[in-house]
Amino acid sequence: MILEGKIWVFGDNIDTDAIIAARYLSTVDPQELAGHLMEDIRPEFPQLVGPGDILVAGSNFGCGSSREHAPLAIKGAGISCVIARSFARIFYRNSINIGLPILECSDDLSGLRPGEDKLQVNLEQGLIIHVQSGREYHAAPFPPFMQEIIGLGGLVEYVKARLDSRD
Amino acid sequence: MVEKILASRAGNEKASPGNLVNVPVDLALGNDITAPVAIKEFKRFGLARVFDPEKIVLVPDHFTPNKDIAAAEQALVLRRFAAQYGIKHYYEVGRMGIEHALLPEQGLIRPGMVIIGADSHTCTYGALGAFATGVGSTDLAAAMAIGEAWFKVPFTLRFEYNGSLPEWVSGKDLILYTIGRIGVDGARYRAMEFAGPVIEQLSMDGRLTMANMAIEAGGKCGYVQPDNITFEYLKGRVAEPYTAVYSDPDASYEQIFSFDISSIEPQIAFPPSPDNVHPVSRAAGIKLDQVVIGSCTNGRIEDLRIAASVMKGKKVNPGVRLLVIPATQEIYRQALQEGLLTTFIDAEAAVSTPTCGPCLGGHMGILAKGEKALATTNRNFIGRMGHPESEVYLSNPAVAAASAIAGAIVHPEEVI
Repeated sequence: MILEGKIWVFGDNIDTDAIIAARYLSTVDPQELAGHLMEDIRPEFPQLVGPGDILVAGSNFGCGSSREHAPLAIKGAGISCVIARSFARIFYRNSINIGLPILECSDDLSGLRPGEDKLQVNLEQGLIIHVQSGREYHAAPFPPFMQEIIGLGGLVEYVKARLDSRD
Repeated sequence: MVEKILASRAGNEKASPGNLVNVPVDLALGNDITAPVAIKEFKRFGLARVFDPEKIVLVPDHFTPNKDIAAAEQALVLRRFAAQYGIKHYYEVGRMGIEHALLPEQGLIRPGMVIIGADSHTCTYGALGAFATGVGSTDLAAAMAIGEAWFKVPFTLRFEYNGSLPEWVSGKDLILYTIGRIGVDGARYRAMEFAGPVIEQLSMDGRLTMANMAIEAGGKCGYVQPDNITFEYLKGRVAEPYTAVYSDPDASYEQIFSFDISSIEPQIAFPPSPDNVHPVSRAAGIKLDQVVIGSCTNGRIEDLRIAASVMKGKKVNPGVRLLVIPATQEIYRQALQEGLLTTFIDAEAAVSTPTCGPCLGGHMGILAKGEKALATTNRNFIGRMGHPESEVYLSNPAVAAASAIAGAIVHPEEVI
């Protein structure tokens, strides 16, 4: 799958309370959650972000709580992919389980211009191309087991396949 | 220890760090925030039953007693699901406690178990020698359906605490000190083994506090190997047989940290991150609007006892609101019988029924713009307890109690 979108840049240790504050957890609706995405650290962000956009972040993105509302809010905002130097483990799991593409890339992307620069992402190869300059970055590809989950469309579909094979 | 538990449960001879394993889970936990999402996903499977109604635990503890209509609707989703699928361990308000205090107390946690919970602080149960880790709602949905979960076997970091515990220093201070040393991603994807002479002497409540905050260092789990303190705790709570699992004497660790803690002070995590840790003397004089004693981290009986011992015969500073939240009904009753609640009420503290409430800025003690709180909870991220421009400091219960009296952060010795 090839994704392309303009980017928004965040720093290190972006926690799940920053991604979606607990006061909004009374809903499970991704669109409603998306209206408050990153609100406490960047109040204008829900208005700026648009479908297909890509989030770029530093290390330990999504640390803190296990709330799946965090990747759901990101998905609900139409964000196509998150690229970070590293992810907190529950956020990583949750993203794969709900089918939000995420990539770990150790290259430094922090200097990119938010809202202007565009990236093209090849998920299978882990290849990231800076559209304006053609510069290439490389992300770690997923292990085969996770590719299987993603290929099926998330953990629910994976479990359905497991249940079917038991019948 | 984690490698051995995962290997044996996966039916393999050995599991090495980095291996992906699919293992049966012994317990799967959800709360009123995460379980509604899981239940929505579970319904997509179209199943008439869950994998095992005795191995699922549902605890409405976050926004309960229902804080508003939306929270009431979410709690209703749990209640109806529990009734429809015959979930044995569903804890209604009145029997409910904060999940990570409640499950060990109720005897649901045994050494060697594999436990997943759709709550990041599920890692608490490692204090009893279980492999326990936080997952998301979809993982919980899958586990409720097939009773299995996938894991990447983690590398293990060993933390040895040497010396002797100074007065007023507790398990909370050891874990804050550790997080301050290694950072909020210092144990990312790792298992954290807590060991050494100080841990061997540490009470079960103190161990539960330490394992609870493994996630604040990014840990997959935190644990203490079972010993006599563990077995004493389990006596009278756990009827089922269990097999304790231990690290091999020649176990390989990715890294070993050794701390001499004989001269550390009580620790304070400054906003906005649990790794922004300093000794209490560095925080002295920071004026407070609210103090919270409670949560899955420090709402246990030992925490209430030490807080009451500091507060006995004193009054909360008029500029401060003190909230005391016993973590479970059993702890509440015990605190009542020991006269601790009278001490808190005489001191003019508000004592609440068990709830996660203020810890995550849900309800029961939200901060206004610019307010500062000291809490015995686990996170101090931006906006964690209310307004994005409010601030949360983290400490142990003795420091919290003393600071509520003083109106500003102090060492407990200053009010005794």
